[in-house]
Order: sequence, then C-alpha cells, then structure tokens
Amino acid sequence: MTTASISGFVRGEMIAAAPPPRLHASLLRQIRERLFNSLGNATLTVLGVLLLGSLAWPLMKFVLLDAVWRGAERTDCLPETVGHEVGACWPFIAAKFDQLMYGFYPADQRWRVNLVYGLGALLGAPLLVPRVPYKTLNATLFFGIFPIVAGLLLVGGLFGLMEVETRLWGGLLVTLVISFTGIVGSLPLGVLLALGRRSDLPVVRSASVVFIEFWRGVPLITVLFFATYMLPLFLPGNWKIDGLLRVLIGVILFSAAYLAEVVRAGLQAIPRGQFEGAMALGLGYWRMMSLIILPQALRLVIPGLVNSFIALFKDTTLVLIVAIFDLLGQLRASFSDPNWATPVTLFTGFAFTGLIYFVVSFAMSRYALYTEQRLNAR
Amino acid sequence: MDHNAQPPSNGPPGRAADIRTTRNEVAVDIVGLNKWFGAFHALREVNLRVMRGERIVICGPSGGGKSTLLRCINRIENWQQGRLIVDGVELTDDLKKIDEIRREVGMVFQQFNLFPHLTVLENCMLAPVWVRRMPRKEAEAIARHNLARVRIPEQADKHPSQLSGGQQQRVAIARALCMQPKIMLFDEPTSALDPEMVREVLDTMVALALDGMTMLVVTHEMGFARQAATRMILMDAGQIIEMNEPEAFFSRPQHERTKLFLSQILH
Repeated sequence: MTTASISGFVRGEMIAAAPPPRLHASLLRQIRERLFNSLGNATLTVLGVLLLGSLAWPLMKFVLLDAVWRGAERTDCLPETVGHEVGACWPFIAAKFDQLMYGFYPADQRWRVNLVYGLGALLGAPLLVPRVPYKTLNATLFFGIFPIVAGLLLVGGLFGLMEVETRLWGGLLVTLVISFTGIVGSLPLGVLLALGRRSDLPVVRSASVVFIEFWRGVPLITVLFFATYMLPLFLPGNWKIDGLLRVLIGVILFSAAYLAEVVRAGLQAIPRGQFEGAMALGLGYWRMMSLIILPQALRLVIPGLVNSFIALFKDTTLVLIVAIFDLLGQLRASFSDPNWATPVTLFTGFAFTGLIYFVVSFAMSRYALYTEQRLNAR
Repeated sequence: MDHNAQPPSNGPPGRAADIRTTRNEVAVDIVGLNKWFGAFHALREVNLRVMRGERIVICGPSGGGKSTLLRCINRIENWQQGRLIVDGVELTDDLKKIDEIRREVGMVFQQFNLFPHLTVLENCMLAPVWVRRMPRKEAEAIARHNLARVRIPEQADKHPSQLSGGQQQRVAIARALCMQPKIMLFDEPTSALDPEMVREVLDTMVALALDGMTMLVVTHEMGFARQAATRMILMDAGQIIEMNEPEAFFSRPQHERTKLFLSQILH
C-alpha cells in the first residue's frame, strides 16, 4: 500500500497471515513495566506491599507463630505459662471439636452423622465433575434419595436406630443441614415462583407476587421467631412440628422468594424469539420452559444464585435466636466453659469458625465461576 | 370491537360463508381475520385460502401485517375476530388444538431462533423426541437426513454460534423439517443475512418448493418469488391489496399500491 495518493488500487499479492507480536515478556520486565513504570506507580506498589504485610504479618503471628498447639487446659494458653505473647489457643478447638461438629448428638451415635457426610460426598462429588457419566441417575440419587436416607439416618427411630431428637443436633451438622435443605428446597420453589410471576394466568401471577413480596418484606429473624414461637399457638392442640423442621420450612420459603427474583431476571433476559422458536415446534409450556428457557436463564443468573446460596449459608447463624445451636451458636456456648477461659479463647474460636465459613463460601464461589466458564466456552 | 373497520370488498371477494375444508385439498383457510394490537388495527378482514402444495409469497411494506398474518397461522399471534382453519382443524383457544397445529406447521424466523445452548443436532432432534415422542435413534436419523438436505451435515455437532448466518438459517429450516410438517411458514428468512448468504438459503427453499411443500413465505426476494411462487400477495395497512399469479402480478399489477411497491423494489 504505497500508493496512497492515487485513488485506484488493485491488490497484486495477498498478505499471508502472520503470528501476533510476542505478548509475554519476562516476569522481571513485566514487573518493571507494570508496577514500577513511573515514580507514582512505584510509590503505590511499595505502599501496597507494606499495607499487605502489615495485615498479613500479625495474622500469621496469631494463627501460626505465637499459637499454642499442645495443651489440656486453660493454663496452657496463658502468657505466664508459655513465656511469650499468646496467639491462637488451638487446644481449645481440639477440646471442643466434637461439640462444634455435632452439638449434643450422642457420642456413640455420631457415626450416623459421619455416614451421612460420607454418602453426601460420595454422591455429591461425581455430580460436580462434568466428565463423570450417568448425571441423571447421579442427580436423582443425590437430590431424591440422599435427603431421605440422610433424614432417616440422622433422626433415626426406625430400623433399630435410636431416635435422636433434633434439639440435640448442633454445630456444623445443623449449619450444613439447614444450608443444604435451604438451597435444594428453595431453588425449585424459586423457579416455580419466577415462572408464576411471569405467567399469563392472573391468579397464578398475583399469588406469586404476593408470596414473593410477603417473604421478601419480612426479616429472616422474624420468620424464624414466628415459626418457632408463634406457629405452635395457631396449630390445633396436639399437632406438633419438630422445631428444626419449622425452621427449615421457614428458611426454604424465605430463600425461595429471593431466588425467584434472581431467576426472573434470567427469564427476562431470554429473547422473545426463543419462546417463539420453541412454541413453533409444538413444545408445550412446561417443555418449552424446562428444555429451552430455563437452561439458558439459569445459566445467566449463576452469579446471582450463588450469591443467594452463600448469603443463605451464612444466614443460618440466625437460628441461634430460636435456640438452635448451629456452628456459631455452639461456639458461643463453648466460650462459657470456665475451664477454657483465656484472653484468646474468643479470637481462637472465631478464627476457626470464620475459616470454616470462608472455605465453604469460597468453594461455592469458585465452583460457580468454573461452571460459568465451562458453559460460556461452548 | 369495531366491525365496520373495512368494507368487505377490500379483500379478495368474500368467501366468509364458504368454509368447507377438505383435508385433502385446503391447507390453510383464513376467513374474515381481524387483529388489533391495542387500538392499532393490524389485520383487517383478511380472507385467504391456501391449497395443498401451493407456494404463497407475501410482500409489502413493513408494518403492513405480513408477519402478523403468518404468525397467526400457527397461533404465535392471537386474533380477535375471524376464523383460521389449518389442515382441517380450526384454531381456537384450545391449547391441545394449538399444539396439534404447531406440530404440523413448521416456521422459519428472520432471526433464526435456534437454541444456543444445544448443538445443531440437538436443535433438530429436540421436537421430534419431546413432542413426537420419537426414539432418539430415529430422531437422530431424521435430523441427519434433513441436515444433509439443507447441505450442512458436517456441522451437526457444532453450536449455532459457531455457524455463519446462512448456515444458521439452514439449520433452522432443517429443524422445522424434522417435524415433517405439512406446511412451512417463512418469516423474512433472508432479511437478517449478509448478502453473500442469501443465495444458499433461497436455494434451500427452492429445493423445498420443488419437493411439493406447502409454503407461505414473507419475503422481498422477488427472484425467489418468480422462481417458486404459485401466487403473489401484496399486503399493506393490514389488508390484502392484490393477489395474483406471479407472472401477472409482476407484469400487470392492477392496484396503484402494488405498482408503487414493485417500482421501488424492482430495478
């Protein structure tokens, strides 16, 4: 193209495709070019590193360097005994570990809880790996059969299993039971509500709107309080619902209302043409929704769904106010043990439970990201 | 609703009383169809009888009601007055009847409307498997047959987004054909395509016409119309302005609107 001055041009030889210019410079050069390319940026880089260090160092000191690893009682975690400033008192966690995991679930029955965890992992893990075949069977087992088996195992009272009342359950067990049931129970309900809110049938639509707005308008604490203390007053005489079950139902209904709005956002993002294409092929409403619309809509709202799931997982701690001891509740109960009263007990406990909450939430978040990327790659 | 919106003389001579549909001959019978979008009178006393094996090309300015009319035939669009009988079955609010008709009437859209989360093959197999309850093996055989028919058998395992516009539209045609429809509706099938891809889609449609498919096509591709149409219709302001055989329609248009329209699109 040397003849810019002349208006006519006919290409003689075609330009062959060439590889792109090299993008990956050496690490050192990248650092210099990106972090220290001006005085201002260099200052910001140094300040950033200092800030990170000033946060990370004390944390590391507390959790690892100054921590007490062995001991049998509170005196082992006192500075006078140790001889230096004391970080985390891990023996406290060791002593309370079973309580934090199982609550007051009878010690000789805890194998049942572990068996449920094992079954859950065995059925759940392959479900998370896209390459593993038999997804339909796997999902049926995990979402259909597993909850029933888990419920039977945990509650007992059948097949010679000792009955364990739910008020004895506690710790991580309760947190996981509420989160799992909440998530698995509320998503289908939320999808139905979202469909209902966009329905052409006025009765279905108004019912969905009323349901969603009601449950979104009420704080979860109120829901839990109502389910636990007020509901029994309205129920006829000897009709009793288990305390944990009441909470579970409350959580499911509450969470479903939020999920419904997330799913609705996804439904609204699907172009009309997709509905028309499905209708023109003779697909009825439910097939159109389940085969065409929802798979696309749910994919779009994965971030929002996971956001809600994580919020739900952490909101389970609110059951404390209705005297159900989840992980955090059990932790707070263990603080009152005078045998472990030390200046660092509180921090140690929160560091440990905080880590558990973080690991689970972060895992959900990363897995969702992976799923998104996998689906977008197509 | 306004009954006096249009004098009956404006459509083809009134056949409102004559609706004896024989399954063998009449594919679509539209009688006194009126449709309003809110206060806008979109279809006005439309009467049209399409015989089996006919290829009707509907043209006209945008907003004239062509697409709306086409979309009424498989009840993607509802109407307020008039009757519409497809394949001997009158379309009413009865959902069973609507689904029954939709199984027999294939539709191809301007924007393809392929399902992006499914592969080409899955797009084609979906309706036969879920609507016709066909075994997967058989559905796959039919899907592959029809993909070959629109000359893209090698794209079966790709997702729609990996195809060109022309290929996507041919998949859409194959998808509709997999239901083995008796009637095919085309709603501006080439309007969203790059000029270089229009040909391949039109060729597919001509081949379909030669196979004897009953077709109603909304298009401005007059080359296709001359080649394949048995009847031409010009629609404007929600009504049929002129209807004639292609030769007469193009060489001796009667209505002023038709003359104007043709002078603008033919060079």
